[in-house]
Amino acid sequence: MWAFIHKLGSPKGFYAISARWLTPLWLAAAALILIGGTWGLAFSPADYQQGDSFRIIYVHVPAAFLAQSIFVAMAAAGFVFMVWKIKLADMAAAMMAPLGAGMTFVALFSGAVWGVPTWGTWWQWDARLTSMLILFFLYIGVIALRGAFASRDGGARAASVLAMVGVINIPIIKYSVEWWYTLHQPATFSITSKPAMPAAMWLPLLLMVLGFYCFFIAVTLMRTRSEILRRESSKRWVRALVEEQR
Amino acid sequence: MAFDSLSAFLAMGGYAPYVWSAYGATAALLLGVGWHARAERRRVLRDLKRRIRRERYQAGAANNTTEEGPRR
Repeated sequence: MWAFIHKLGSPKGFYAISARWLTPLWLAAAALILIGGTWGLAFSPADYQQGDSFRIIYVHVPAAFLAQSIFVAMAAAGFVFMVWKIKLADMAAAMMAPLGAGMTFVALFSGAVWGVPTWGTWWQWDARLTSMLILFFLYIGVIALRGAFASRDGGARAASVLAMVGVINIPIIKYSVEWWYTLHQPATFSITSKPAMPAAMWLPLLLMVLGFYCFFIAVTLMRTRSEILRRESSKRWVRALVEEQR
Repeated sequence: MAFDSLSAFLAMGGYAPYVWSAYGATAALLLGVGWHARAERRRVLRDLKRRIRRERYQAGAANNTTEEGPRR
């Protein structure tokens, strides 16, 4: 077990092991998102109050979940990098930041176009909306800060620190709908109780959420593998590997 | 099926601009990010191959042997 974890922590070992995970992850992501998306768009029943506009939930909720999960993953990777100096953690953190920013943007955008027909406004300085906007700026800050340093190590450390500090925003996002009950409704689902929706409505949402997570893991693995090749380009094992790939 | 016809599906009960723009933005992000990850990998591999070939060539020219690169 420990040997496996050690191997996984080294760029070379990670590169070898992760190769086996890529195809299953891409396939799972594609299948889950295609099935969940089609189901949610065309087959689940329309909401009795919101009509067909409620179908936006199938992209809004998974995007918002990922927006927050990716930030937590990035902060955790930053912590691992700062404490144990594991370069691989920093590579992964660097590679997942843009996707996190994109997911935050999609969550905000799909929320805005959902707000127009349901709330009568695309934007309010509501606690949930504002804390999500802050999350978006935090992502931009982490990406910009990393690029602002001449030395890679300096940029990596600054980005890690900002991610670890910024992660405080995540519980604020989560509890914003309970602490300040302004406009955004509280969570529709919880792990402890049965969903207050028929299965034909929440099952496609579950598939979409799982599909988005698979997508995130697949993209992060694939991009981290590219980053390994870039950073370790003078290592002999990388040379040998590139020679093989004709 | 929650819709009677294709046109009803496209109309989304009158919410077409909202529903389709939300799904469009999501699809654009997923496809864009997936495509970028693939293009990035190809670019990295191509650049590495080029670099190895160039170093071989330079080493070959320096040693006046064209068969093999330097042994390290």
